[in-house]
Amino acid sequence: MAKINSLDELRKLRDQAKESMTARSGEAKVRIRASMGTVGIAGGAREVLKAIIDELEKRNFHEVEIIEGGSMGLDKEEPVIVVERDGFQTTYGKVQPEMARQIVAQHVINGQIISEWVIARNKQ
Amino acid sequence: MKELSLNILDILENSIHAGATRIHLTLQEYLETKDFLGFRIEDNGKGMDQAMVDSLFDPFTTTSTTKTVGLGLPLLKQEAEMCNGGCELESQPGVGTKVSFWFQHTHIDRPPLGDIVSTVIMMYAIHSGVEFIFTHEVDNNSFEVSTSELKEVFQDVPINNPKILQGLETFLLENKNQLYGGKHYG
Repeated sequence: MAKINSLDELRKLRDQAKESMTARSGEAKVRIRASMGTVGIAGGAREVLKAIIDELEKRNFHEVEIIEGGSMGLDKEEPVIVVERDGFQTTYGKVQPEMARQIVAQHVINGQIISEWVIARNKQ
Repeated sequence: MKELSLNILDILENSIHAGATRIHLTLQEYLETKDFLGFRIEDNGKGMDQAMVDSLFDPFTTTSTTKTVGLGLPLLKQEAEMCNGGCELESQPGVGTKVSFWFQHTHIDRPPLGDIVSTVIMMYAIHSGVEFIFTHEVDNNSFEVSTSELKEVFQDVPINNPKILQGLETFLLENKNQLYGGKHYG
């Protein structure tokens, strides 16, 4: 069986990523929780998370941690994402990829909450 | 689920919730020698006893504490059987779980494989601490990549850095296209 796997091009990618990390350090640390339960997956959670990654990359914003939030018991609201920023946990429900891009641009990067999509907000 | 790659993501998440630190996904597509599409997920999670395994394909079984009905596996099993395929599940408490599903590749009712690259990217994005091995076999060719070899390349740059994830997506897509060699599978 012929094996294909070339890691050489990935080494270049590493150097590029390293460069942009050094150029942009010291930004506010933000955490995004994405729920990846069965209902969320069926509702498009994977595409939502991909849109988030794409938007973060386009805007060169790397001071963010994306973690899995598990199923949050909010099946009706899936896909759900939670943004942890400035001491608050903000939960957005029924998120679609285009909404996720706006949440990244306005809330994750600039700290402006998009109130009409918020389903819960708690102090951390 | 609309596509098998989403079922695969769902099963991978089950492995994560079972505490797995090592997960191996093998995807096999054969059209030349046989008419077969199958996938296998092996993990070193906490495993299940025989009673749990036996009840797993009952739609009223779920480990979720917030829901009472889980439909993921029973529905997928039904779909596989409809397509002249089947499924197998082996599990041992304290050792891990191995689950496989297979289909007749050309069966008219077979769900599309869908975006398997995005499913793999999810593992790097939100479970970068897990050793995830992805093997994709297409007829006589195969591709394999593991989290540990990627981490060796990226060194101090986290694998879930958005720029790295985007680059990995391109890398996986290129390798997938090479595997298919211009032919249409999916």
